Amino acid sequence: MAVAARSIQRTRRVKLQVFRYVTFAIAALFFLVPIAAMFEFSTRDNAGARTLEYWRSIPAYPDLTDAIVASLQLALITSLTMLVLLVPTMVWVRLKLKRLNRIVEFVCLLPLTIPAIVLVVGLYPVYFWLAENLSDSILTLALAYVVLVLPYCYRALDSGLGAIDVKTLSEAARSLGASWFDVMWRVIVPNVSNAILNATLLSVALVLGEYTIANNLLYNNLQVELVHLARDNAGVSIAVAVAALLFAFLLLVGIAFVGGRPRRGRSDSLDVTGLGKGPVQAT
Amino acid sequence: MTTAGSPAVTTNVGRPFLGGRRFSLDWVGAVPFFAYVTIFLILPTAIVGLGAFFDANNAFTLDNFAHLSRSYIVKSTIDTVAVSAITAVLGATFGAVLAYAIATGNPDGILRRLLVSASGVLAQFGGVTLAFAFIACIGPAGFIYLFAQSHGFDFYKNDLWLFEIPGLDLVYLYFQIPLMVLVFLPALDGIKPQWREATESLGGNTWHYWRHVAGPLLFPAFLGGVLLLFANSFSAYATANALISQGQPMLAQQIAGALSSEVGAYEPGFAKSISIEMIVIVTLVTVLYTLLQRRTARWL
Repeated sequence: MAVAARSIQRTRRVKLQVFRYVTFAIAALFFLVPIAAMFEFSTRDNAGARTLEYWRSIPAYPDLTDAIVASLQLALITSLTMLVLLVPTMVWVRLKLKRLNRIVEFVCLLPLTIPAIVLVVGLYPVYFWLAENLSDSILTLALAYVVLVLPYCYRALDSGLGAIDVKTLSEAARSLGASWFDVMWRVIVPNVSNAILNATLLSVALVLGEYTIANNLLYNNLQVELVHLARDNAGVSIAVAVAALLFAFLLLVGIAFVGGRPRRGRSDSLDVTGLGKGPVQAT
Repeated sequence: MTTAGSPAVTTNVGRPFLGGRRFSLDWVGAVPFFAYVTIFLILPTAIVGLGAFFDANNAFTLDNFAHLSRSYIVKSTIDTVAVSAITAVLGATFGAVLAYAIATGNPDGILRRLLVSASGVLAQFGGVTLAFAFIACIGPAGFIYLFAQSHGFDFYKNDLWLFEIPGLDLVYLYFQIPLMVLVFLPALDGIKPQWREATESLGGNTWHYWRHVAGPLLFPAFLGGVLLLFANSFSAYATANALISQGQPMLAQQIAGALSSEVGAYEPGFAKSISIEMIVIVTLVTVLYTLLQRRTARWL
């Protein structure tokens, strides 16, 4: 009886292992082949021979290099604005305005439920006004991108701030004579540096991949330019797309490493999507 | 709020508004944040929500909504719902299988951590790059197509379906499946091995276990996943636009079309009413999702 039960158990375990590895193999094919195909495509000339021509000719497209520079600048401005706006507010709300906590959370997560294309419709008159009265530079896009990255950064920072005792830390610092600026800069920030780095890397990755808003507000950022260029020279376009993708991957892998070992059980580790309570913003 | 008669009443409630020492300027600290989101989030939302009810001369009208009955919008709505439903159901099914394969492994193993973080990255991997990846892979110049073609199997013989709606069905699965893995894994983790043992000690086999125990427990979570995935692909724009440049089959593209002045069809009011149609559908689905999440949380 016991032997029979054990052998049933063993067959079941073997079956399960076979099922698991077959599933993983199929998934690996489906998810890795298209990415590998981009490398393959960007290093193949019309005759089918290997070439690095497409990669080499990237600098020969000034529109493209301009767009790359613009996207990198946008990533930088967006991250900085987001941090300056979000970190002090979240700390302040935790310390002094507890009642507003739910409202801040609601507002920050709101962009998840508004499709980006709908946001564009509402931003259209705002940007029309901005272009007329202040500036029509592509860098103004950063203002909208801050809203776009808000939910993901809020989640990252929220878990960081939740792991430390903001109130005690700041009361201790205040009682020792620290100014509010010192509390923020020398007490809170060093304690949530991981969360800040997470939020920053997430915003950089999101901004570098952004297409919907830029395209419909008629600005040429990296992704918009890639689509334009693909009509003339798909090879170069795909080469740059792969490079941007690799860069974003490195950033996100960076998050996984910086995040280190999960602190409170595995469920909240590696929350790179900012998934949790609400739906995820579509791509 | 405070219990009647409690001494706390005097200190907590009845806070003097002016002149008292408890009057504080703490709220000033939250002003920059709220000012910012008001301009770049609340105002745009209000522009869409209210603007849909006004025409070009700022007079109240419901015409924008009447335009929703135009045949190409009806067709776009149906097509978008179909693509979203197909990719949601398929993505949820494959995603659930993959999540099960992950959940049955070592919960602290390196494989699981790797797959979960990969899912996190891939669920975000959309937009232009995703379209390019599939073009490079199975597009007319992609190596898989060239290989298949040289072996007598031309899967574009009848039409270039990659650049039409069936292409979207395939490509969207690329971010739908990982998203399902992320959503469904916690539910699978909630399944206790003791339940299986209990089924067996009562004489049930594997089929009984799935049919009467694990299935019903996981079903709300699965359905919730389907809804989340539906909302996800329903609002997608970048991938569709990079893949399909002919016509504008998706609802999101119709919004962009009504907004662009290039084709001489600049209809901002109409863009807003399509936006509202979109928000209504997404919100409905999200509310259902939240309700199902609560139901799931009861057991898992």
